Amino acid sequence: MEDRKIADKISDEMIDYVGILAKLELSGREREEAKADMERMLDYIDMLNELDTEGIEPMSHVFPISNVFREDIVTNGDGHEETLANAPLMKENCFKVPRTIG
Amino acid sequence: MAKQYETVIGLEVHVELATKTKIFCSCSTQFGGAPNTHTCPVCTGMPGSLPVLNRQVVEYAAAIGLAVNCEITRECKFDRKNYFYPDNPQNYQISQLYLPIAKNGYVEIETGGTRKRVRIHEMHMEEDAGKLIHDEWDDTSLVDYNRSGVPLVEIVSEPDMRSADEVIAYLEKLRLIIQYLGASDCKLQEGSMRADVNLSVREAGKEEFGTRTEMKNLNSFKAIARAVEGERERQIELLEAGKKVIQETRRWDDNKEASYPMRSKEDAKDYRYFPDPDLAPVIIDEEWIERIRAEQPEFRTEKLERYEREYNIPRYDAEIITESKKMADIFEAASTACGKPKKVSNWLMVETMRLLKEHGMEPEELAFSPENLAKLVELTEDGTINSSVAKEVFEKIFSEDVDPEKYVEEKGLKTVSDEGALKEVLQKVIAENPQAVVDYRKGKAKALGSLVGQTMKMMKGKADPALVNQKLKELLDH
Repeated sequence: MEDRKIADKISDEMIDYVGILAKLELSGREREEAKADMERMLDYIDMLNELDTEGIEPMSHVFPISNVFREDIVTNGDGHEETLANAPLMKENCFKVPRTIG
Repeated sequence: MAKQYETVIGLEVHVELATKTKIFCSCSTQFGGAPNTHTCPVCTGMPGSLPVLNRQVVEYAAAIGLAVNCEITRECKFDRKNYFYPDNPQNYQISQLYLPIAKNGYVEIETGGTRKRVRIHEMHMEEDAGKLIHDEWDDTSLVDYNRSGVPLVEIVSEPDMRSADEVIAYLEKLRLIIQYLGASDCKLQEGSMRADVNLSVREAGKEEFGTRTEMKNLNSFKAIARAVEGERERQIELLEAGKKVIQETRRWDDNKEASYPMRSKEDAKDYRYFPDPDLAPVIIDEEWIERIRAEQPEFRTEKLERYEREYNIPRYDAEIITESKKMADIFEAASTACGKPKKVSNWLMVETMRLLKEHGMEPEELAFSPENLAKLVELTEDGTINSSVAKEVFEKIFSEDVDPEKYVEEKGLKTVSDEGALKEVLQKVIAENPQAVVDYRKGKAKALGSLVGQTMKMMKGKADPALVNQKLKELLDH
């Protein structure tokens, strides 16, 4: 059990489920391709399991820095034009999107 | 015999912090701006933008954490919570999962004379999402990102509450603490305080919890109380019918007094949380914590004691006044300015409460200056104006914060203290009401009241009723 790889666990159900979370509808061929890609990625990640990480703090930031702050002062002005510049659909200065179910 | 059920409730409370800018960018957090005017590449998740943490968010969050008896995490970090929805332009919300800023706290609540502790599991900092408005006209949704990136803390309680009363007591306590800290205005209607209710039922005496549901869209204390009752009933009915409660998120419709399923609840793993590499860890050292602790304001319990001791007002008055930080601030400043705390307290407890109710306002919305209330107390006490004029002037202070001295001067509302002028009016009243005079002399006390009334009317209310009473008696009795 211990040396079982994550990639072995990728089932059709798992692919469907990840598809739901990612809001993707995949065709049969796309599903197979995605599954193969994911298995390759997971094989790569599996290499981590070969290392002894006992007692090593997970790294969350690449530089040894902390406490990077801004002061609480408004310096940004009206940004709506820039924000909406690439909106595919727009109405009343809002992005227009397919109806969401509330 | 019918089974007895116990309700088990835990709350997730979101509070919008009172910063001027958003959590990771310098856009304004002001409520009510035109759509998308308070946005920039950071809070709309544009590629290549870099979030930088607002120091004040950490200050407020740590202050709340300490005030609710939490341990402050010395090194905390931000994580990305991944999900796809149009209100979330980055496709992830920056939040804290692994190392939240505070944990293991509690608040004390009191219901029906019983005290208990509601434990706080953890509290974390995160960003708010945008707002979706449904457009009926073409059946689409419109997205406004002004709220995207507004700083929030989420306070997660343990499932320690057993009734709607306890839920309300807990929320009121949290709200009061946070308002006293000035960390948020906590307005449920405007969404600066939001509560999600996690509720399950179990047979009385059982140890293990039942399956819980999470209820959203609760924007008043009354709605929360109704939702708790409604959901308890619904779950008991299911169990009584031999069915199971499904773990899900439900939306409360307060008009229909019923809840509807929203979506199946994601597990934490579905959000694929991972540390946000754009943000550096936050280290809160002992010195910082001690400074925040030293800056904690005086909370309600201490205020209650001090008001009785220092201002010599009754416990009852002190309890009502300290229910709102704003009211307590006005009380203290006005009492210091005029030196008559009991008089100030009377204005707050009677007229202020009446006007708040009449206008459907919260005490936190009070906008008049304590100095003007203090001046009004002085004008009334030294006899410059009488009490009915004072009420009229107070309404103006309440709504427009007028300076009562100027207002009384301009409108000519001063009590007529010129005894000559008063005497003239009194003689006229006596001459015009011979019957009342006869009645009074026969011993009918009521008749004097009617003569005082006539006099006040002729003087347009600007006389001192006690003086009128006294002078009338002098004239009639001799």
